[in-house]
Amino acid sequence: MRAAETVKLLFRGPTAIVAAAVLVVLIVTAFLGEQLAPYDATATDVSNRLQSPSADHWFGTDELGRDVLSRVILGAEVSLRVGAVAVGISLVAGVLIGLLAGYYGRWVDDVLMRISDVLFAFPAMLMAIAVLAILGPGSTNAMIAIGIVYTPIFARITRASVLSVREEVYVKAARSAGAGDLRIIGRHVLPNVTAPIIVQTSISLAFAILSEAALSFVGLGTQPPDPSWGRMLAEGRGFVEQAWWMAVFPGLAIFVTVLAFNVLGDALRDVLDPRQRQAMAGTGVTA
Amino acid sequence: MTRYALRRLAQSIAVLLGVSVLAFAIMQLVPGDPIRAALGQQADPATYEALRERAGLDDPVPVQFVTWIGNAAVGDFGVSFRSGETVLSLILERLPATLSLAVAAIIVALLIAIPLGTLSALNPRKPVDWFASLSSQAGLSVPDFWLGIMLILVFAGTLGWLPSSGYVPLTEDPVEWARHLILPAIAAGVSSGAILTRFVRSSVLESLGQDHVRTARAKGMRARDVLTWHVLRNALVPLVTVGGVQLAYLLSGVVVVEYVFAWPGLGQLAFQAVESRDYPVLQGTVLLFAVIFLLVNLVVDLAYARLDPRITYRSAR
Repeated sequence: MRAAETVKLLFRGPTAIVAAAVLVVLIVTAFLGEQLAPYDATATDVSNRLQSPSADHWFGTDELGRDVLSRVILGAEVSLRVGAVAVGISLVAGVLIGLLAGYYGRWVDDVLMRISDVLFAFPAMLMAIAVLAILGPGSTNAMIAIGIVYTPIFARITRASVLSVREEVYVKAARSAGAGDLRIIGRHVLPNVTAPIIVQTSISLAFAILSEAALSFVGLGTQPPDPSWGRMLAEGRGFVEQAWWMAVFPGLAIFVTVLAFNVLGDALRDVLDPRQRQAMAGTGVTA
Repeated sequence: MTRYALRRLAQSIAVLLGVSVLAFAIMQLVPGDPIRAALGQQADPATYEALRERAGLDDPVPVQFVTWIGNAAVGDFGVSFRSGETVLSLILERLPATLSLAVAAIIVALLIAIPLGTLSALNPRKPVDWFASLSSQAGLSVPDFWLGIMLILVFAGTLGWLPSSGYVPLTEDPVEWARHLILPAIAAGVSSGAILTRFVRSSVLESLGQDHVRTARAKGMRARDVLTWHVLRNALVPLVTVGGVQLAYLLSGVVVVEYVFAWPGLGQLAFQAVESRDYPVLQGTVLLFAVIFLLVNLVVDLAYARLDPRITYRSAR
């Protein structure tokens, strides 16, 4: 399917348009955070602590008098960066593993897929916690941990597509014309397995942002004073009965971002990979 | 079926071995001396030496692994670096809290999914279907820990109906146990409810198109009876297996919800182990969760083959 046709089909419904618009706003916010934030997000002002939302502070202030809106704006950059790098790691590693396993088959497939089975057997959050227990807390290590957690799903999806593509006539033709493995994989196999990978990327971004927030919430991800949404929620948890705004706004930011990626992922799946949608509906698998 | 079961069992054992290697590797991969890291530089030399000997850290790594896995196979995961208690006793102490939360969460999930999924399938492309689709998308996207905080804000803070955190054992006071369980169970169950709603919808839709349903309708059977006896009975059988997988997810997935509600379960134990660098406790919890996960998946796969005779596993890997 051509890119223009895909985009046209993708945006025929209003939900995908809204989701894409939300994501564009978020990305712009992440890039221009410092310029858009009305106050310095790390500047404390104890005389102004726990102020409820007002014309001066739209989202109120936290226990140190910091402006919650400014922190939510700067948190967008942290969440999107950690999510994007983490998914980048799992995308590169997973697709490479899936290509090798699917293309070469036999013992290469057996070894790589059994390793992926082992990683799959660990519940995602626990696996991330275990990796962070070894590497130590911090946003860079959180990216690595989340990246490791989501690698097997990319490997499996890529492998499944490669298995059918490698039997196609054009691959056999390329092989009989003397093309090497690297050329066949790069020129003929990879371009034909991208649809499910694109869909998975959007859905994994949603889960990676959710995981980063959860890890920061429990103190293992982004460290203070950096304004991560998960970290802000953890701080808000302690003041929830005095200052609801400290927990409501960062949580809403996570919710809206994850929802936008999920909606876009679903719309992409409808356009690019309708069979996968049916299969997913049958198993209840989401990540 | 027996051949399939045996092969599936062999696969699970192979994966379990891999899982054990990774759980064992946690202590090996920690930079520096794990016991020194846990106890700090000022630790009593006698305690340090005793723990080092108990953990067998002076043996070669392969010997350590064989000893560790041999002990783990009979439930001996070592002793906590912090409290000196056995890891097994710590796990068993926390297990009832996690189990009750996970089971309550799956009940919440089913209470959401069965009515919503069925209504949505019975009214395709109508407002109720649209609402179900929107709420399942929202349920999948809402962070469970944030939902927990919002529930605390409304039901514990503003309305004052339910406690904001803590746990009361069932044996001590069943009413208080239930009151403490409601909010964490909702927070943990909503995302599974969203997944199961989609599953119920597609399963009921598929069932509605079957010949026997059309025949029952043609015979003049009341719509309600067709739904109960022909549609739901068939559509909900696979829910047993998907629900099983969700329960396995929930057992480990409730870790952050436990943190929000100060729920003394296995998730809290794992976090405390990370914070205090109590590696044997972390290894034990990680291994236990992975074993539960593997076992549930194995049982679900085998149950699926029994429940749906159309599935053959001759060619399945």
